[in-house]
Amino acid sequence: MDAVYDNLDLFWSGFLRSLGICLWGMAGSLVLGTLIAAFRVSPIPALRWFGTAWVTLIRNCPLTVVLFMFAFGLPELGINVSYYLFGVSALVLYTSAFVCEAIRSGINSVQLGQAEAARAIGLTFGQTLGQVILPQALRSSLPPLGSVIIAMFKNSALVGAFGVGGDLWGVGNQLTSAQGYDALPVFTGVAIGYLCITLPAAALLATVERKVAIAR
Amino acid sequence: MSTAVLYDEPGPKARRRSLIGTVVAVVAFAVILYLGYRRLEERGQFDSDLWYPLLNPTDPQFRLVWERLAEGLMATLVAAALAIVFSLTIGTVLGVGRLMLGRLGRIPLVAGIELFRGLPVIVTIFYVYALKNHFKADISWLPGEDGLWYLVLGLTIYNSVIIAEILRAGVNSLPSGQAEAGLAIGLTPRQTMVAIQLPQAFRTMLPALISQLVVILKDTSLVAVLGLYTELLRRGNLISQVLDNPLQVLFVVALIFILINYGLSRLATFAERRLSTRTAGAPATTSAVPGAGAATGL
Repeated sequence: MDAVYDNLDLFWSGFLRSLGICLWGMAGSLVLGTLIAAFRVSPIPALRWFGTAWVTLIRNCPLTVVLFMFAFGLPELGINVSYYLFGVSALVLYTSAFVCEAIRSGINSVQLGQAEAARAIGLTFGQTLGQVILPQALRSSLPPLGSVIIAMFKNSALVGAFGVGGDLWGVGNQLTSAQGYDALPVFTGVAIGYLCITLPAAALLATVERKVAIAR
Repeated sequence: MSTAVLYDEPGPKARRRSLIGTVVAVVAFAVILYLGYRRLEERGQFDSDLWYPLLNPTDPQFRLVWERLAEGLMATLVAAALAIVFSLTIGTVLGVGRLMLGRLGRIPLVAGIELFRGLPVIVTIFYVYALKNHFKADISWLPGEDGLWYLVLGLTIYNSVIIAEILRAGVNSLPSGQAEAGLAIGLTPRQTMVAIQLPQAFRTMLPALISQLVVILKDTSLVAVLGLYTELLRRGNLISQVLDNPLQVLFVVALIFILINYGLSRLATFAERRLSTRTAGAPATTSAVPGAGAATGL
Protein backbone atom coordinates (compact mmCIF):
# COMPACT_ATOMS: atom_id res chain seq x y z
CA MET A 1 0.00 0.00 0.00
CA ASP A 2 3.06 2.29 -0.17
CA ALA A 3 1.74 3.43 -3.53
CA VAL A 4 -1.17 5.04 -1.70
CA TYR A 5 0.73 6.42 1.32
CA ASP A 6 3.41 8.00 -0.86
CA ASN A 7 0.83 9.80 -2.97
CA LEU A 8 -1.79 10.78 -0.45
CA ASP A 9 -1.83 14.41 -1.66
CA LEU A 10 -2.45 13.21 -5.20
CA PHE A 11 -5.30 10.98 -4.01
CA TRP A 12 -6.75 13.87 -2.02
CA SER A 13 -6.85 16.16 -5.07
CA GLY A 14 -8.34 13.31 -7.11
CA PHE A 15 -10.95 12.75 -4.43
CA LEU A 16 -11.93 16.44 -4.51
CA ARG A 17 -12.26 16.40 -8.28
CA SER A 18 -14.39 13.24 -8.18
CA LEU A 19 -16.53 14.82 -5.50
CA GLY A 20 -16.90 17.85 -7.79
CA ILE A 21 -18.18 15.65 -10.63
CA CYS A 22 -20.67 14.07 -8.21
CA LEU A 23 -21.95 17.41 -6.91
CA TRP A 24 -22.30 18.99 -10.36
CA GLY A 25 -24.05 15.83 -11.52
CA MET A 26 -26.38 15.95 -8.55
CA ALA A 27 -27.28 19.62 -9.01
CA GLY A 28 -27.82 19.27 -12.74
CA SER A 29 -29.82 16.05 -12.65
CA LEU A 30 -32.07 17.28 -9.83
CA VAL A 31 -32.97 20.44 -11.80
CA LEU A 32 -33.42 18.66 -15.13
CA GLY A 33 -35.21 15.68 -13.57
CA THR A 34 -37.69 17.89 -11.72
CA LEU A 35 -38.40 19.75 -14.96
CA ILE A 36 -39.05 16.48 -16.83
CA ALA A 37 -41.24 15.26 -13.96
CA ALA A 38 -43.28 18.48 -14.24
CA PHE A 39 -43.63 17.75 -17.96
CA ARG A 40 -44.84 14.22 -17.23
CA VAL A 41 -47.73 15.36 -15.02
CA SER A 42 -48.59 18.56 -16.90
CA PRO A 43 -52.06 19.16 -18.37
CA ILE A 44 -50.54 19.68 -21.82
CA PRO A 45 -50.42 16.35 -23.71
CA ALA A 46 -47.44 17.30 -25.88
CA LEU A 47 -45.30 17.89 -22.79
CA ARG A 48 -46.46 14.62 -21.26
CA TRP A 49 -45.47 12.71 -24.40
CA PHE A 50 -42.11 14.42 -24.45
CA GLY A 51 -41.51 13.47 -20.81
CA THR A 52 -42.55 9.86 -21.39
CA ALA A 53 -40.36 9.54 -24.48
CA TRP A 54 -37.40 11.09 -22.64
CA VAL A 55 -37.68 8.67 -19.72
CA THR A 56 -38.30 5.57 -21.85
CA LEU A 57 -35.40 6.25 -24.21
CA ILE A 58 -32.81 7.32 -21.67
CA ARG A 59 -33.66 4.79 -18.98
CA ASN A 60 -33.15 1.88 -21.35
CA CYS A 61 -29.91 3.16 -22.84
CA PRO A 62 -26.64 2.42 -20.99
CA LEU A 63 -24.86 5.45 -19.54
CA THR A 64 -21.75 4.36 -21.41
CA VAL A 65 -23.58 4.72 -24.73
CA VAL A 66 -24.84 8.19 -23.74
CA LEU A 67 -21.30 9.12 -22.77
CA PHE A 68 -19.87 7.84 -26.06
CA MET A 69 -22.51 9.80 -27.97
CA PHE A 70 -21.46 12.97 -26.19
CA ALA A 71 -17.74 12.40 -26.47
CA PHE A 72 -17.54 10.94 -30.00
CA GLY A 73 -20.84 12.07 -31.56
CA LEU A 74 -21.05 15.74 -30.64
CA PRO A 75 -17.57 16.64 -32.02
CA GLU A 76 -18.94 15.45 -35.39
CA LEU A 77 -21.46 18.26 -35.08
CA GLY A 78 -18.72 20.75 -34.37
CA ILE A 79 -19.42 20.83 -30.65
CA ASN A 80 -16.10 20.58 -28.88
CA VAL A 81 -15.91 21.14 -25.15
CA SER A 82 -13.74 19.53 -22.49
CA TYR A 83 -14.22 15.88 -21.56
CA TYR A 84 -15.15 17.09 -18.11
CA LEU A 85 -18.14 18.99 -19.49
CA PHE A 86 -19.09 16.14 -21.84
CA GLY A 87 -18.88 13.68 -18.96
CA VAL A 88 -20.92 15.73 -16.51
CA SER A 89 -23.53 16.51 -19.20
CA ALA A 90 -23.94 12.82 -20.06
CA LEU A 91 -24.25 12.01 -16.36
CA VAL A 92 -26.87 14.73 -15.86
CA LEU A 93 -28.87 13.71 -18.91
CA TYR A 94 -28.86 10.03 -17.94
CA THR A 95 -29.67 10.57 -14.27
CA SER A 96 -32.45 13.06 -15.02
CA ALA A 97 -34.68 10.24 -16.30
CA PHE A 98 -34.33 8.38 -13.00
CA VAL A 99 -34.79 11.54 -10.91
CA CYS A 100 -37.97 12.21 -12.88
CA GLU A 101 -39.32 8.74 -12.11
CA ALA A 102 -38.44 9.03 -8.42
CA ILE A 103 -40.31 12.33 -8.15
CA ARG A 104 -43.23 11.00 -10.15
CA SER A 105 -43.49 7.94 -7.90
CA GLY A 106 -43.71 10.39 -5.00
CA ILE A 107 -46.49 12.34 -6.70
CA ASN A 108 -48.32 9.07 -7.36
CA SER A 109 -48.09 8.10 -3.71
CA VAL A 110 -50.07 11.15 -2.57
CA GLN A 111 -53.62 10.08 -1.94
CA LEU A 112 -56.28 10.95 -4.45
CA GLY A 113 -58.37 12.82 -1.88
CA GLN A 114 -55.61 15.41 -1.41
CA ALA A 115 -55.76 16.59 -5.01
CA GLU A 116 -59.53 16.35 -5.06
CA ALA A 117 -59.81 18.42 -1.91
CA ALA A 118 -57.40 21.02 -3.30
CA ARG A 119 -59.44 21.30 -6.47
CA ALA A 120 -62.70 21.35 -4.52
CA ILE A 121 -61.64 24.48 -2.64
CA GLY A 122 -60.80 26.08 -5.98
CA LEU A 123 -57.01 25.88 -6.21
CA THR A 124 -55.54 26.05 -9.71
CA PHE A 125 -53.27 23.35 -11.17
CA GLY A 126 -50.19 25.28 -10.15
CA GLN A 127 -51.46 25.81 -6.61
CA THR A 128 -52.60 22.21 -6.28
CA LEU A 129 -49.19 20.96 -7.35
CA GLY A 130 -47.08 23.53 -5.52
CA GLN A 131 -48.91 23.81 -2.21
CA VAL A 132 -50.65 20.49 -1.71
CA ILE A 133 -49.14 17.68 -3.77
CA LEU A 134 -45.42 18.45 -4.03
CA PRO A 135 -44.75 19.12 -0.32
CA GLN A 136 -46.14 15.67 0.45
CA ALA A 137 -44.72 14.05 -2.68
CA LEU A 138 -41.17 15.25 -2.01
CA ARG A 139 -41.19 13.52 1.37
CA SER A 140 -42.13 10.16 -0.06
CA SER A 141 -39.88 10.54 -3.09
CA LEU A 142 -36.89 11.23 -0.87
CA PRO A 143 -35.89 7.56 -0.36
CA PRO A 144 -35.97 6.66 -4.08
CA LEU A 145 -34.41 10.02 -4.94
CA GLY A 146 -31.61 9.34 -2.49
CA SER A 147 -30.90 5.92 -4.02
CA VAL A 148 -30.85 7.49 -7.46
CA ILE A 149 -28.33 10.11 -6.36
CA ILE A 150 -26.11 7.51 -4.66
CA ALA A 151 -26.22 5.37 -7.81
CA MET A 152 -25.24 8.49 -9.73
CA PHE A 153 -22.24 8.99 -7.45
CA LYS A 154 -21.17 5.47 -8.35
CA ASN A 155 -21.81 6.09 -12.04
CA SER A 156 -19.58 9.14 -11.90
CA ALA A 157 -16.62 6.73 -11.72
CA LEU A 158 -17.37 5.91 -15.35
CA VAL A 159 -16.86 9.54 -16.30
CA GLY A 160 -13.49 9.37 -14.58
CA ALA A 161 -12.53 6.10 -16.26
CA PHE A 162 -13.42 7.67 -19.59
CA GLY A 163 -10.52 10.05 -19.20
CA VAL A 164 -11.49 13.29 -17.52
CA GLY A 165 -8.11 13.32 -15.84
CA GLY A 166 -7.18 14.46 -12.36
CA ASP A 167 -10.03 12.64 -10.61
CA LEU A 168 -9.66 9.48 -8.50
CA TRP A 169 -9.59 7.20 -11.51
CA GLY A 170 -7.24 9.53 -13.36
CA VAL A 171 -4.86 9.50 -10.40
CA GLY A 172 -4.98 5.70 -10.36
CA ASN A 173 -4.27 5.59 -14.06
CA GLN A 174 -1.41 8.05 -13.80
CA LEU A 175 0.24 6.13 -10.96
CA THR A 176 -0.03 2.76 -12.70
CA SER A 177 0.76 3.64 -16.28
CA ALA A 178 3.12 6.61 -15.98
CA GLN A 179 4.86 5.84 -12.71
CA GLY A 180 4.71 2.06 -12.91
CA TYR A 181 3.05 1.27 -9.59
CA ASP A 182 1.25 -2.05 -9.23
CA ALA A 183 -2.42 -1.62 -10.12
CA LEU A 184 -3.79 -3.60 -7.18
CA PRO A 185 -2.79 -1.32 -4.26
CA VAL A 186 -3.39 1.82 -6.33
CA PHE A 187 -6.91 0.83 -7.25
CA THR A 188 -7.58 -0.30 -3.71
CA GLY A 189 -6.92 3.35 -2.89
CA VAL A 190 -9.24 4.44 -5.68
CA ALA A 191 -11.97 2.10 -4.40
CA ILE A 192 -11.56 3.47 -0.86
CA GLY A 193 -11.86 6.97 -2.29
CA TYR A 194 -15.21 6.15 -3.89
CA LEU A 195 -16.39 4.42 -0.71
CA CYS A 196 -15.60 7.67 1.13
CA ILE A 197 -18.25 9.30 -1.07
CA THR A 198 -20.91 6.58 -1.27
CA LEU A 199 -20.91 5.19 2.29
CA PRO A 200 -21.41 8.56 4.07
CA ALA A 201 -24.04 9.44 1.47
CA ALA A 202 -25.89 6.19 2.20
CA ALA A 203 -25.67 6.78 5.95
CA LEU A 204 -26.93 10.35 5.52
CA LEU A 205 -29.83 9.11 3.40
CA ALA A 206 -30.81 6.53 6.03
CA THR A 207 -30.86 9.24 8.72
CA VAL A 208 -32.87 11.68 6.61
CA GLU A 209 -35.27 8.88 5.65
CA ARG A 210 -36.03 8.22 9.31
CA LYS A 211 -36.51 11.93 9.96
CA VAL A 212 -39.01 12.61 7.18
CA ALA A 213 -40.87 9.30 7.38
CA ILE A 214 -44.58 9.97 7.67
CA ALA A 215 -47.32 7.57 8.57
CA ARG A 216 -50.15 7.51 6.09
CA MET B 1 -53.24 8.38 -8.41
CA SER B 2 -53.64 9.22 -12.05
CA THR B 3 -52.31 12.59 -13.08
CA ALA B 4 -55.73 13.56 -14.42
CA VAL B 5 -56.81 14.11 -10.83
CA LEU B 6 -54.50 17.09 -10.59
CA TYR B 7 -56.80 19.18 -12.74
CA ASP B 8 -60.51 19.41 -13.50
CA GLU B 9 -62.18 18.07 -16.57
CA PRO B 10 -61.23 21.00 -18.83
CA GLY B 11 -63.93 23.56 -19.56
CA PRO B 12 -63.92 25.83 -22.64
CA LYS B 13 -61.40 28.25 -21.13
CA ALA B 14 -59.05 25.53 -19.92
CA ARG B 15 -59.34 23.74 -23.24
CA ARG B 16 -58.30 26.93 -25.03
CA ARG B 17 -55.37 27.40 -22.66
CA SER B 18 -54.31 23.80 -23.08
CA LEU B 19 -54.57 24.15 -26.86
CA ILE B 20 -52.35 27.23 -26.79
CA GLY B 21 -49.91 25.39 -24.54
CA THR B 22 -49.88 22.41 -26.88
CA VAL B 23 -49.25 24.62 -29.89
CA VAL B 24 -46.42 26.46 -28.12
CA ALA B 25 -44.87 23.18 -26.96
CA VAL B 26 -45.15 21.54 -30.37
CA VAL B 27 -43.68 24.60 -32.08
CA ALA B 28 -40.83 24.69 -29.55
CA PHE B 29 -40.05 20.98 -30.10
CA ALA B 30 -40.31 21.45 -33.86
CA VAL B 31 -37.85 24.35 -33.75
CA ILE B 32 -35.39 22.36 -31.62
CA LEU B 33 -35.72 19.33 -33.89
CA TYR B 34 -35.29 21.50 -36.97
CA LEU B 35 -32.18 23.18 -35.55
CA GLY B 36 -30.75 19.74 -34.75
CA TYR B 37 -31.63 18.54 -38.23
CA ARG B 38 -30.02 21.63 -39.83
CA ARG B 39 -26.85 21.07 -37.85
CA LEU B 40 -26.72 17.39 -38.87
CA GLU B 41 -27.38 18.34 -42.48
CA GLU B 42 -24.72 21.07 -42.54
CA ARG B 43 -22.20 18.65 -41.11
CA GLY B 44 -23.08 16.08 -43.77
CA GLN B 45 -24.31 13.55 -41.22
CA PHE B 46 -27.06 12.35 -43.55
CA ASP B 47 -24.57 11.44 -46.28
CA SER B 48 -25.27 8.06 -47.74
CA ASP B 49 -21.74 6.77 -47.26
CA LEU B 50 -22.18 7.23 -43.51
CA TRP B 51 -25.55 5.46 -43.33
CA TYR B 52 -25.48 2.88 -46.15
CA PRO B 53 -23.12 0.40 -44.47
CA LEU B 54 -25.74 0.20 -41.69
CA LEU B 55 -29.00 0.53 -43.57
CA ASN B 56 -28.59 -0.47 -47.21
CA PRO B 57 -28.36 -4.25 -47.74
CA THR B 58 -26.79 -3.73 -51.16
CA ASP B 59 -23.87 -1.81 -49.68
CA PRO B 60 -20.70 -3.95 -49.91
CA GLN B 61 -19.92 -3.43 -46.22
CA PHE B 62 -23.47 -4.02 -44.95
CA ARG B 63 -23.06 -7.75 -44.37
CA LEU B 64 -19.73 -7.47 -42.60
CA VAL B 65 -20.89 -4.59 -40.39
CA TRP B 66 -23.96 -6.45 -39.21
CA GLU B 67 -22.04 -9.69 -38.70
CA ARG B 68 -19.66 -7.77 -36.45
CA LEU B 69 -22.54 -6.10 -34.61
CA ALA B 70 -24.23 -9.48 -34.13
CA GLU B 71 -20.96 -10.83 -32.67
CA GLY B 72 -20.88 -7.88 -30.30
CA LEU B 73 -24.50 -8.39 -29.28
CA MET B 74 -23.82 -12.08 -28.70
CA ALA B 75 -20.83 -11.19 -26.50
CA THR B 76 -23.01 -8.78 -24.52
CA LEU B 77 -25.78 -11.35 -24.06
CA VAL B 78 -23.36 -14.10 -23.03
CA ALA B 79 -21.75 -11.86 -20.43
CA ALA B 80 -25.14 -10.72 -19.10
CA ALA B 81 -26.47 -14.30 -18.95
CA LEU B 82 -23.43 -15.59 -17.08
CA ALA B 83 -23.51 -12.62 -14.72
CA ILE B 84 -27.21 -13.05 -13.88
CA VAL B 85 -26.82 -16.81 -13.25
CA PHE B 86 -23.82 -16.32 -10.96
CA SER B 87 -25.41 -13.33 -9.23
CA LEU B 88 -28.63 -15.24 -8.58
CA THR B 89 -26.77 -18.21 -7.13
CA ILE B 90 -24.40 -16.25 -4.92
CA GLY B 91 -27.03 -13.64 -4.11
CA THR B 92 -29.43 -16.32 -2.84
CA VAL B 93 -26.73 -17.79 -0.60
CA LEU B 94 -25.81 -14.35 0.75
CA GLY B 95 -29.42 -13.31 1.27
CA VAL B 96 -30.35 -16.52 3.09
CA GLY B 97 -27.15 -16.23 5.11
CA ARG B 98 -28.05 -12.75 6.21
CA LEU B 99 -31.50 -13.95 7.26
CA MET B 100 -30.49 -17.15 9.01
CA LEU B 101 -27.06 -16.58 10.53
CA GLY B 102 -26.71 -15.65 14.17
CA ARG B 103 -25.59 -12.19 15.14
CA LEU B 104 -21.88 -13.07 15.11
CA GLY B 105 -21.91 -14.57 11.67
CA ARG B 106 -24.07 -11.81 10.32
CA ILE B 107 -21.73 -8.93 11.12
CA PRO B 108 -19.00 -9.74 8.56
CA LEU B 109 -21.66 -10.64 6.00
CA VAL B 110 -23.51 -7.34 6.42
CA ALA B 111 -20.23 -5.43 6.35
CA GLY B 112 -19.27 -7.15 3.11
CA ILE B 113 -22.66 -6.48 1.55
CA GLU B 114 -22.59 -2.79 2.47
CA LEU B 115 -19.00 -2.47 1.25
CA PHE B 116 -19.56 -3.97 -2.19
CA ARG B 117 -22.86 -2.14 -2.59
CA GLY B 118 -20.99 1.15 -2.32
CA LEU B 119 -18.42 0.37 -5.00
CA PRO B 120 -18.87 1.53 -8.59
CA VAL B 121 -19.21 -1.48 -10.90
CA ILE B 122 -16.49 -0.23 -13.20
CA VAL B 123 -14.13 -0.25 -10.23
CA THR B 124 -14.99 -3.85 -9.35
CA ILE B 125 -14.49 -4.93 -12.98
CA PHE B 126 -11.10 -3.26 -13.16
CA TYR B 127 -10.24 -4.60 -9.73
CA VAL B 128 -10.82 -8.18 -10.87
CA TYR B 129 -8.45 -7.46 -13.75
CA ALA B 130 -5.84 -5.94 -11.44
CA LEU B 131 -6.21 -8.83 -9.02
CA LYS B 132 -5.64 -11.36 -11.77
CA ASN B 133 -2.52 -9.53 -12.97
CA HIS B 134 -1.15 -9.06 -9.48
CA PHE B 135 -1.32 -12.73 -8.63
CA LYS B 136 -0.52 -13.71 -12.22
CA ALA B 137 -3.47 -16.07 -12.06
CA ASP B 138 -3.96 -18.19 -15.13
CA ILE B 139 -7.60 -18.14 -16.17
CA SER B 140 -7.06 -19.28 -19.74
CA TRP B 141 -8.65 -22.63 -18.87
CA LEU B 142 -11.99 -20.85 -18.58
CA PRO B 143 -14.03 -20.83 -21.78
CA GLY B 144 -14.06 -17.57 -23.70
CA GLU B 145 -11.65 -14.63 -23.58
CA ASP B 146 -10.13 -13.44 -20.33
CA GLY B 147 -11.97 -10.13 -20.72
CA LEU B 148 -15.32 -11.91 -20.49
CA TRP B 149 -14.44 -13.14 -17.01
CA TYR B 150 -13.25 -9.79 -15.72
CA LEU B 151 -16.61 -8.41 -16.78
CA VAL B 152 -18.69 -11.33 -15.48
CA LEU B 153 -16.91 -11.47 -12.11
CA GLY B 154 -17.04 -7.69 -11.69
CA LEU B 155 -20.75 -7.66 -12.45
CA THR B 156 -21.34 -10.67 -10.19
CA ILE B 157 -19.62 -9.08 -7.19
CA TYR B 158 -21.91 -6.06 -7.34
CA ASN B 159 -25.16 -7.70 -8.44
CA SER B 160 -25.08 -10.72 -6.13
CA VAL B 161 -25.06 -8.26 -3.25
CA ILE B 162 -28.02 -6.38 -4.74
CA ILE B 163 -29.93 -9.61 -5.37
CA ALA B 164 -29.23 -10.72 -1.80
CA GLU B 165 -30.89 -7.52 -0.61
CA ILE B 166 -33.83 -7.95 -2.99
CA LEU B 167 -34.39 -11.49 -1.73
CA ARG B 168 -34.07 -10.50 1.89
CA ALA B 169 -36.69 -7.81 1.35
CA GLY B 170 -38.88 -10.39 -0.37
CA VAL B 171 -38.66 -12.85 2.51
CA ASN B 172 -39.24 -10.11 5.06
CA SER B 173 -42.33 -8.92 3.19
CA LEU B 174 -44.01 -12.32 3.57
CA PRO B 175 -46.64 -12.58 6.30
CA SER B 176 -44.99 -14.02 9.42
CA GLY B 177 -47.62 -16.74 9.48
CA GLN B 178 -45.86 -18.46 6.59
CA ALA B 179 -42.68 -19.19 8.55
CA GLU B 180 -44.66 -19.90 11.73
CA ALA B 181 -46.82 -22.46 9.93
CA GLY B 182 -43.71 -24.15 8.57
CA LEU B 183 -42.16 -24.39 12.01
CA ALA B 184 -45.47 -25.52 13.52
CA ILE B 185 -45.72 -28.56 11.24
CA GLY B 186 -42.26 -29.59 12.35
CA LEU B 187 -39.98 -28.31 9.58
CA THR B 188 -36.55 -27.12 10.64
CA PRO B 189 -35.80 -23.41 10.10
CA ARG B 190 -33.71 -24.34 7.07
CA GLN B 191 -36.48 -26.45 5.57
CA THR B 192 -38.95 -23.64 6.19
CA MET B 193 -36.65 -21.23 4.36
CA VAL B 194 -36.05 -23.52 1.38
CA ALA B 195 -39.53 -25.02 1.00
CA ILE B 196 -41.80 -22.17 2.08
CA GLN B 197 -40.19 -18.74 2.24
CA LEU B 198 -37.73 -18.71 -0.66
CA PRO B 199 -40.14 -19.90 -3.39
CA GLN B 200 -42.62 -17.19 -2.43
CA ALA B 201 -39.93 -14.57 -2.13
CA PHE B 202 -38.66 -15.42 -5.63
CA ARG B 203 -42.16 -15.06 -6.99
CA THR B 204 -42.89 -11.69 -5.41
CA MET B 205 -39.43 -10.47 -6.36
CA LEU B 206 -39.65 -11.56 -9.98
CA PRO B 207 -40.29 -8.02 -11.33
CA ALA B 208 -37.37 -6.61 -9.34
CA LEU B 209 -35.16 -9.45 -10.53
CA ILE B 210 -36.06 -8.79 -14.17
CA SER B 211 -35.30 -5.09 -13.62
CA GLN B 212 -31.92 -6.10 -12.26
CA LEU B 213 -31.33 -7.99 -15.51
CA VAL B 214 -31.84 -4.69 -17.35
CA VAL B 215 -29.22 -3.11 -15.09
CA ILE B 216 -26.77 -5.95 -15.75
CA LEU B 217 -27.33 -5.73 -19.49
CA LYS B 218 -26.64 -2.00 -19.43
CA ASP B 219 -23.60 -2.45 -17.21
CA THR B 220 -21.93 -4.89 -19.59
CA SER B 221 -21.14 -1.85 -21.73
CA LEU B 222 -18.96 -0.39 -18.94
CA VAL B 223 -16.15 -2.64 -20.03
CA ALA B 224 -16.03 -0.80 -23.37
CA VAL B 225 -14.39 2.13 -21.57
CA LEU B 226 -11.68 -0.15 -20.22
CA GLY B 227 -11.27 -1.90 -23.56
CA LEU B 228 -10.93 -5.32 -21.94
CA TYR B 229 -13.72 -7.13 -23.79
CA THR B 230 -15.32 -6.57 -27.19
CA GLU B 231 -19.04 -6.42 -26.46
CA LEU B 232 -21.65 -4.55 -28.46
CA LEU B 233 -20.58 -0.99 -27.63
CA ARG B 234 -16.86 -1.57 -28.09
CA ARG B 235 -17.59 -3.47 -31.30
CA GLY B 236 -19.63 -0.50 -32.50
CA ASN B 237 -16.83 1.85 -31.51
CA LEU B 238 -14.32 -0.20 -33.53
CA ILE B 239 -16.65 -0.24 -36.53
CA SER B 240 -17.13 3.51 -36.36
CA GLN B 241 -13.38 4.03 -36.32
CA VAL B 242 -13.12 2.19 -39.62
CA LEU B 243 -16.15 3.77 -41.27
CA ASP B 244 -15.61 7.15 -39.59
CA ASN B 245 -19.30 7.49 -38.64
CA PRO B 246 -19.54 7.46 -34.81
CA LEU B 247 -22.94 9.16 -34.66
CA GLN B 248 -24.58 6.67 -36.99
CA VAL B 249 -23.11 3.53 -35.42
CA LEU B 250 -23.79 4.74 -31.87
CA PHE B 251 -27.36 5.49 -32.93
CA VAL B 252 -27.80 1.87 -34.02
CA VAL B 253 -26.08 0.51 -30.89
CA ALA B 254 -28.27 2.67 -28.65
CA LEU B 255 -31.36 1.49 -30.53
CA ILE B 256 -30.44 -2.18 -30.00
CA PHE B 257 -29.91 -1.62 -26.27
CA ILE B 258 -33.13 0.38 -25.94
CA LEU B 259 -35.22 -2.23 -27.76
CA ILE B 260 -33.94 -5.14 -25.66
CA ASN B 261 -34.19 -3.26 -22.37
CA TYR B 262 -37.60 -1.84 -23.20
CA GLY B 263 -38.81 -5.38 -23.89
CA LEU B 264 -37.43 -6.54 -20.54
CA SER B 265 -38.99 -3.57 -18.72
CA ARG B 266 -42.35 -4.40 -20.25
CA LEU B 267 -41.88 -8.00 -19.15
CA ALA B 268 -41.20 -6.78 -15.60
CA THR B 269 -44.35 -4.64 -15.63
CA PHE B 270 -46.34 -7.56 -17.01
CA ALA B 271 -44.99 -9.92 -14.34
CA GLU B 272 -45.79 -7.39 -11.66
CA ARG B 273 -49.36 -6.95 -12.85
CA ARG B 274 -49.89 -10.69 -13.18
CA LEU B 275 -48.47 -11.41 -9.75
CA SER B 276 -50.50 -8.67 -8.14
CA THR B 277 -53.70 -10.20 -9.46
CA ARG B 278 -52.66 -13.70 -8.43
CA THR B 279 -51.59 -12.74 -4.95
CA ALA B 280 -54.66 -10.63 -4.25
CA GLY B 281 -54.90 -12.11 -0.77
CA ALA B 282 -51.57 -10.62 0.26
CA PRO B 283 -51.33 -7.23 -1.40
CA ALA B 284 -48.58 -4.63 -1.21
CA THR B 285 -45.79 -7.20 -1.22
CA THR B 286 -43.89 -5.85 -4.18
CA SER B 287 -44.42 -2.19 -3.51
CA ALA B 288 -43.02 -2.62 0.01
CA VAL B 289 -39.65 -3.35 -1.49
CA PRO B 290 -37.38 -0.63 -2.81
CA GLY B 291 -36.26 -1.32 -6.32
CA ALA B 292 -39.28 -3.41 -7.18
CA GLY B 293 -41.26 -2.29 -10.17
CA ALA B 294 -40.22 -1.81 -13.73
CA ALA B 295 -36.63 -0.91 -14.44
CA THR B 296 -35.93 1.41 -11.57
CA GLY B 297 -32.28 0.53 -11.43
CA LEU B 298 -29.57 2.80 -12.74
